[in-house]
Amino acid sequence: MAADAPVPAETAQTATTHSAPRRLVLDILNDWVTTVDHKKIGLMYIGYALVFLVVAGIQALLMRIQLSLPNNDFVSPQAFNSLFTMHGTTMVFFVGMPILFGFGNYLVPLMIGARDMAFPRLNAFSFWISAFGGILLYFSYFGASGLYGAGSAPDVGWFAYAPLTARVFSPGHSTDYWTLAILLSGIGSIGTALNIVATTICMRCPGMKLSRMPLLVWLYLVTSSLVFVAVSPLTAAQIMLMLDRYIGSHFFDTQAGGSAVLWMHFFWIFGHPEVYILILPAFAFANEIIPVFSRKAIFGYAAMVAASVGIGFISLSVWAHHMFTVGLGAGANTFFVLATMIISVPTGIKLFNWLATLWGGKIHFTASMMFAIGFLFQFLIAGLTGVMLSIAPFDWQLGNSYFVVAHFHYVLVGGILFMIFSAFYYWFPKMSGKMLSEKLGKWHFWIFLIGFHLTFDFMHVPGMLGMPRRIYTYEADRGWMIWNMIISSGAIFQAAGTLLFVYNMIWSYFKGPVAGPDPWDAWTLEWSTPSPPPAYNFAEIPSVASRRPLWDLKHPEDPDSNYE
Amino acid sequence: MSEAAVIPNVTTPEWELPSRGVVGMVCLIVAEAAIFTIFVVAYLYYVGKDRSGPTPREVLDLPIFTSVCLLSSSLTVHFAVAALHQARRGLCSLWLAATVLLGGIFLGGTAHEWYKLIVHDGLTIQTNLFGTTFYSLVGLHASHVIIGLIMLSLALIFSLNGSMTAKHTGRLEVLSLYWHFVDAVWVVVFTVVYILGR
Repeated sequence: MAADAPVPAETAQTATTHSAPRRLVLDILNDWVTTVDHKKIGLMYIGYALVFLVVAGIQALLMRIQLSLPNNDFVSPQAFNSLFTMHGTTMVFFVGMPILFGFGNYLVPLMIGARDMAFPRLNAFSFWISAFGGILLYFSYFGASGLYGAGSAPDVGWFAYAPLTARVFSPGHSTDYWTLAILLSGIGSIGTALNIVATTICMRCPGMKLSRMPLLVWLYLVTSSLVFVAVSPLTAAQIMLMLDRYIGSHFFDTQAGGSAVLWMHFFWIFGHPEVYILILPAFAFANEIIPVFSRKAIFGYAAMVAASVGIGFISLSVWAHHMFTVGLGAGANTFFVLATMIISVPTGIKLFNWLATLWGGKIHFTASMMFAIGFLFQFLIAGLTGVMLSIAPFDWQLGNSYFVVAHFHYVLVGGILFMIFSAFYYWFPKMSGKMLSEKLGKWHFWIFLIGFHLTFDFMHVPGMLGMPRRIYTYEADRGWMIWNMIISSGAIFQAAGTLLFVYNMIWSYFKGPVAGPDPWDAWTLEWSTPSPPPAYNFAEIPSVASRRPLWDLKHPEDPDSNYE
Repeated sequence: MSEAAVIPNVTTPEWELPSRGVVGMVCLIVAEAAIFTIFVVAYLYYVGKDRSGPTPREVLDLPIFTSVCLLSSSLTVHFAVAALHQARRGLCSLWLAATVLLGGIFLGGTAHEWYKLIVHDGLTIQTNLFGTTFYSLVGLHASHVIIGLIMLSLALIFSLNGSMTAKHTGRLEVLSLYWHFVDAVWVVVFTVVYILGR
């Protein structure tokens, strides 16, 4: 516009100073909203997940305040029901899935020497539809009062057992928001998973055979394949639930002969593989980080791949261990007990391989590595309580108690979240070009570790003393108070550690030392690009001859390709 | 920093990877198959558990003619891809038109069946468990047929106006994969609903 007609100098100057910054912001926004670049979409996934991590973390804190004292009335029973529903739903669908897909989006193309995902526009679509799902879920706080003015946010629990979700028992629209949010998130997950599988199979650079792929890429391949067969049943079940609620079909309507147990089956056919969908990317991070900081190649590459694929298959046959208390009969119980125990075998193989990678290595105790080592110990304990709960008679005693809550939080926080923190310390330099502060990182690690163990070690105890999950308060004479007090105090440490982490990210982004392309002296292809990588990733498509292409490059006298 | 390309350039001979279109469609088919499986399981789980009619045996007729139409459309879409591959565009349009026609007949058959069930037999999705599971399973399949027909009609239009040429064979093949899947699902639905369920 200004270029067409000559403008007096003064006017031009004021026009420039006024409009330039505004256009800049809009440009940046436009750039991010319309992008199909896998790195930007990956970062948006991660940023979006971090926002929801803070939101759902605050919900956890509110619940812990409520439970820290007996007969507390910090929140109402109704609000408490919404809190645990929103906390669970958010953490699984809008923190866990997007953060892992974010890392996958960012890393998979870089690690296989590709310039983008196989379907960049589908990638953007998947992200935005998932993001919209999360916003829809939280819009329920304002929009879900519905015809009867009953409730606002969903309050049916994160697995939303029938018939509680039926129209008569959940009037208003809160459950509709829940269903729609999960449905949208599911569509986004299937789209991204499809993209990751197609990228891995079709976009590898020359020489990157399946047997040379970084283990992270292998695990993302398995986890994405699992999404097809695990998330789709949930999508189907949500369609059924919507049909029930909107046009009066009877899938889960017990009064018309429908079955509540069928919903349980459908939900857990999704729900248990979902745990592995979330933990496999955590394994993936460990597979990259532990070798680099042990200065050794991963021990047992082939066994790791086989164990991952094995976990993928076995995880499809364990779902009903969530349903032992339903009374499935001896035959079904025995099957699911054995299947659940068997899945600990490939998981154990992985743990031993990581230990063997550490063994004799020159271990560098960076913040990233400390979180990874914390993960190893905590994931072992989480796995052991899992084996305990897989025994049906034991589960009859402790099912639906705080012991179960402690067990799966040990997996999700002690396993997955620790590995996510580890991944942040490891890949933040690649994504931002700046190093995170190691000193703050170690403070973060120790504070969070203390908080984690205060909360979740002691959470097993009230479970064994009989405290059921999802109660909003308890009487003083139960003897649970001291334990709940300890659990809640641990939550404060965890919140403090997380705040320190957020501060570290912001501070390091602006003030941190420049990272350079390869700060960890690592071996996979993403470290051959500048930090942050340019939009096209690789000026020239690389070709590889072994599993550690950068090792070959740095050590031409002794390349890996001689041994593989 | 432009050391991106410093990886030794040992180009492996014949580095050929599968087509991403085909892989993407196979992934979608796996996911869709899982969705259908859940609906089929629900159908089988509830079959015969109704306390009130109408029952499948009373109201369902075997849709043999329309099923034959749908299954043969798998063949015609295959011929369309083959014709496009040989750059015979006219023939390709003809086979595509035949596919759309056969799919349309199937859809018309379903519409006729539903009309009869709703108006004459009084069976709706709210009536009983049979209605619930029947309409949702057959309806899920029919909605896939509709999506397939929309895409096939677009391909037919592009073929007629000349914008689809032999270099687009790969894309038409991806679409044909989807159509084969829709047909294969019908075999399962037919077996479950009209043979086992009756």
